[in-house]
Amino acid sequence: MLALERRAERSVAAAILSPLIAVVLTLVTMAALFAILGHSPLAALKVYFLDPLTDAYSLQEIAVKATPLTMIAVGLSLCYLANVWNIGAEGQFLIGAVCGSWLAIKTQGTDVGAWVLPAMLVLGALGGALWALIPAVAKVRFGASEILTSLMLVYVADLLLDYLARGPWRDPNGFNFPTSVDFDPVATVPTLIEGSRLHAGALIALVVVAAAWLVLGRTIKGFEIRVVGAAPRAARFAGFDAQRLAVLTFLVSGALAGLAGIIEVAGPVGHLQPNFSPGYGFTAIIVAFLGRLNPVGILIAALFLALTFIGGEGAQISMKLPLDLTRVFQGILLFYVLACDSLILYRIRFVSSRKVAADGAR
Amino acid sequence: MGLVEAIILSVLAASTPLLIAATGELVAERSGVLNLGVEGMMIMGAACGFAGAYATGSTLIGTVCGIVAGMALAAVFAALTLGLAVNQVATGLALTILGVGLSGLIGAGFVGQRIVPAPHLDIPYLTSLPVVGRILFGQDAYVYLSILLVVGVWRFLYSTRAGLVVRAVGDNHASAHALGYPVLRIRFLAVLFGGACAGLAGAYLSLAYTPFFIAGMTAGRGWIALALVVFASWRPWRLVAGAYLFGAVTILQFHAQGAGLPIPPQLMASLPYLATVIVLVLISSRRGIAGAAAPASLGLAFVPDR
Amino acid sequence: MATAMSDTGSPPSGTPLLQAVGITKRFGTFVANDHIDLDLWPREIHALLGENGAGKSTLVKIIYGLMQPNEGELRRLGRPVTLNGPAAARALGVGMVFQHFSLFENLTVAENVALGLSGEEPFAAMSARLADVSRQYGLPLDPRREVWRLSVGERQRIEIVRALMQDPKLLILDEPTAVLTPQEADQLFVVLGRLRSEGRAILYISHKLDEVKRLCDTATILRGGKKIATCNPKQETAASLARMMVGADVGEVRAGAQRKTGNPRLVVRDLTLEPDDPHGTRLAGISLEVRGGEIVGIAGVAGNGQDELFGALSGERLAPGAGDVVIDGHAAGDLGITQRRKLGAAFVPEERLGHGTAPRMTLSENALLTGHANGMVQHGFVRRLLALATVDRATKAFDVRKAKRDPEAVSLSGGNLQKFVVGREILREPGVLVVSQPTWGVDAGAAATIRQALIDLAGRGAAVLVISQDLDELKEIADRIAVMFSGRLSEPVEAPQATRETLGLLMGGSRAKEASHAGA
Repeated sequence: MLALERRAERSVAAAILSPLIAVVLTLVTMAALFAILGHSPLAALKVYFLDPLTDAYSLQEIAVKATPLTMIAVGLSLCYLANVWNIGAEGQFLIGAVCGSWLAIKTQGTDVGAWVLPAMLVLGALGGALWALIPAVAKVRFGASEILTSLMLVYVADLLLDYLARGPWRDPNGFNFPTSVDFDPVATVPTLIEGSRLHAGALIALVVVAAAWLVLGRTIKGFEIRVVGAAPRAARFAGFDAQRLAVLTFLVSGALAGLAGIIEVAGPVGHLQPNFSPGYGFTAIIVAFLGRLNPVGILIAALFLALTFIGGEGAQISMKLPLDLTRVFQGILLFYVLACDSLILYRIRFVSSRKVAADGAR
Repeated sequence: MGLVEAIILSVLAASTPLLIAATGELVAERSGVLNLGVEGMMIMGAACGFAGAYATGSTLIGTVCGIVAGMALAAVFAALTLGLAVNQVATGLALTILGVGLSGLIGAGFVGQRIVPAPHLDIPYLTSLPVVGRILFGQDAYVYLSILLVVGVWRFLYSTRAGLVVRAVGDNHASAHALGYPVLRIRFLAVLFGGACAGLAGAYLSLAYTPFFIAGMTAGRGWIALALVVFASWRPWRLVAGAYLFGAVTILQFHAQGAGLPIPPQLMASLPYLATVIVLVLISSRRGIAGAAAPASLGLAFVPDR
Repeated sequence: MATAMSDTGSPPSGTPLLQAVGITKRFGTFVANDHIDLDLWPREIHALLGENGAGKSTLVKIIYGLMQPNEGELRRLGRPVTLNGPAAARALGVGMVFQHFSLFENLTVAENVALGLSGEEPFAAMSARLADVSRQYGLPLDPRREVWRLSVGERQRIEIVRALMQDPKLLILDEPTAVLTPQEADQLFVVLGRLRSEGRAILYISHKLDEVKRLCDTATILRGGKKIATCNPKQETAASLARMMVGADVGEVRAGAQRKTGNPRLVVRDLTLEPDDPHGTRLAGISLEVRGGEIVGIAGVAGNGQDELFGALSGERLAPGAGDVVIDGHAAGDLGITQRRKLGAAFVPEERLGHGTAPRMTLSENALLTGHANGMVQHGFVRRLLALATVDRATKAFDVRKAKRDPEAVSLSGGNLQKFVVGREILREPGVLVVSQPTWGVDAGAAATIRQALIDLAGRGAAVLVISQDLDELKEIADRIAVMFSGRLSEPVEAPQATRETLGLLMGGSRAKEASHAGA
């Protein structure tokens, strides 16, 4: 019979190996899936994971996709470290896009100055933060499950976006497509390389990673966040206020998701439309766990998962593999990561049932 | 048929998947396990249910496929959370992501296909009664099953010893363990039952509610089912009230559109979700008196000390 | 009809209902029970006396089948038996009422009882029998009430009735009056007397001497895992019982440490506080003064309100009035723990892992846990070098043995972690230090280091309050000792006058006047 036994100290070896083992296990499982779907496993793995690394365009696309993933996941990691379960990042992402876009749409066609882009970013962050404030307050003031409230608001955000893009904000000259006007160049996130989609948002993402690393590792607030999640009674002994930290992490996480949202819309997309998000807010959850809730780890995980997005698109074109496989891959990866993670804290032992009976319940 | 009759029929239909899925989750949560993967299990039930029915031409077999799919996912969840003491929230989320993705994969080949929908009851004299005829005697099997399920679970939890043990495990797993009850085994069975119900609810969606499958067709119903369990304070009968309430809110939007009210359809569509948030806030703030409504061990991992 | 035991001289005829013969139980190198013999007869209430850690719980768990002894055996009516679990014990007619209840708050009384029984009896019949039995024994219970509505005394009734419904020949009760009011305790004694006259045997575990004298026919006293004596409590004085319980201490007088005491630095005025959970202890009118330069000890058996008092002093729980707790002249009752630290107070809780430290964090991070209030944070940034330096200083000054410079807290042994936790506070040079169980579970060397550190701190003018179950420790380091019992604090006694007998009596609930007479 298998039994779990707590380890004396967190196993460092396991902490490093665990995500790697999880990735390997996932690849093996995916290979089996490919085979079941009638494709050569090796060929499919190559298309998914290796081909995107071979040409410049794909590499840029990886960076483009990794940008929102990184920003959102960093915000989520702050919440999860504090044991606050923000599942609504997708909604905060969308609302941020909406709020920032409002300014772009309002000033479109007018001769507005360069201040408009920074202002859009600020609005986006504010919008995301306020959207996140709702579940935060519901949790702290009313004890309502933040998992359910933040998630419900994702659907609401999605519908709000849909309404605005199809209705009041629809481009009157847009041939009835449900999108807003294209943003003016001054309201667009500048690209880093001529003619590519790689944009300044990537730099912002890097700054976010650096800032998070600094805050979590070096500041007292970061310390408070970690203690409140790891040892609540010790946190109380230290005088840290769990409820205020819950609200703070929600706000920061919402702001980052909202910022990512407006950057995405004002950058690669260029206008506001429904369904512009391929579910970044949910993928970011996987990124956060895969990156062990650590800013640098999250960056690596985001790049890895972005790779699989691009690989998935390539596989759809060249091998007619469905895009859903990418989702399946992400889900399986998260499962393996969680399973391998438990090896960091626990050891698995084989215990004979007789020994169990003799010692009984103490 | 009259408008009232049509509304009641559509409310019944909309509420049924919520009721079935929520009842299963209620049992799991009563044993102390929070399974957030209901949405994933449900949509897998829809995809596998449709696939099974399409392949065999039998909605019964399709339903069984849906149930098995839900249970399979639930078993994976149980392996991680009960066997490896992994965090229940993270695992439930993983389950949902996986389930949504897998269902898309499985259902991809069936998009646009149709099957013969599950049959409705048709008793010669009774079904043609005015007003109540179709409501009471003209439903498909799932609707009747949903009621039977609630009654069965209610009787199980409150009138049998096994149900008492389940409630005890959810209330205080340490005391249950001290009294010699196999906590993990009981939780495993409860989780499997929850998965079966979620799968069944999903099968209903693709076999009876609409006779086809599209990606993402659960549209968050699994999450609403979770909220319903909270709304019902973990009691089966209040679940019925909640499910029909939410079903009504869902239907409201269609009829409001039909009535030509100048309200944006998206606002109406968002009503169930907004209602859920409001309900959660109200319900949770009512608690805090000594008699906690939630099973006290809910979400806590049980690792017996050696 | 057998007569009640009246003296220990003549052994009763026949074989005892249950015997423990040479029971020995070890946990690693620690010997919890050391060749203990115990005879339990029907129609007898047999007390098991001893301080915390004396081995009472271990012995009783063995008798109830929850543990197996390493040596020795149990005999029923002279025949050896092996109990491989509580079910086997129950089958032999042994019932147990634990000190910590195994109850389900949100279920009804009847449901709780049903879960403790085997389930063969139909629920309705069992429920009716429950009502009957409970009424019969004067412990009335309404089967349909939910447990969370019941008082602690009523909850205990459930445990007792659950045991009684299986018609036990031997009923074991573990510290039953710990959670009862005096009136409820009287009621319980009536029930026990009735059970005795029905021919049952009762094993009554307690540390309360006047109860034992009042109720019990025989008493076995354990100390340090060994059986010290079996006697008739009615023929002993409370003082003699106390002496046996805590150890012979004839005329031991300890010269008070010659420290100059200054002004009161920690003052508690009439602190009354309701517990924040139903199993907690209510603090009632606690008043205390600790001067600079002195060490005041608070003795008492665990569970008499020490945790609650610590929480109120540290600021983890706010006091009803700002003036209830005064630190260096500042009213602090309404201040949180960080602000109390800024006033120069420091705290060491009983539980070092999980409360005093975050187990999976490094020592330097744990130094930050309390140090952030006094200088380890600058402009929001953590001064890591300072935190590390604190770890180094604590390691050096208190001889903390560890595998590397900055390991996780959980990897240190108990003694070393405790040295770190105490050291981290003392290095802040607090004006007031409140420490709970400073050397619990700590090896002798580390214990000595810690105690010396406390003495030295007081020598530098700090006011030190030590809450401890270890009388030896308090007698070694404290200038004055008070005793906590049922949420009340006795008047402190000067150390030279604080004999073990006096303290033992106070810990057993006697009032101070009787105790001081007995000590004379």
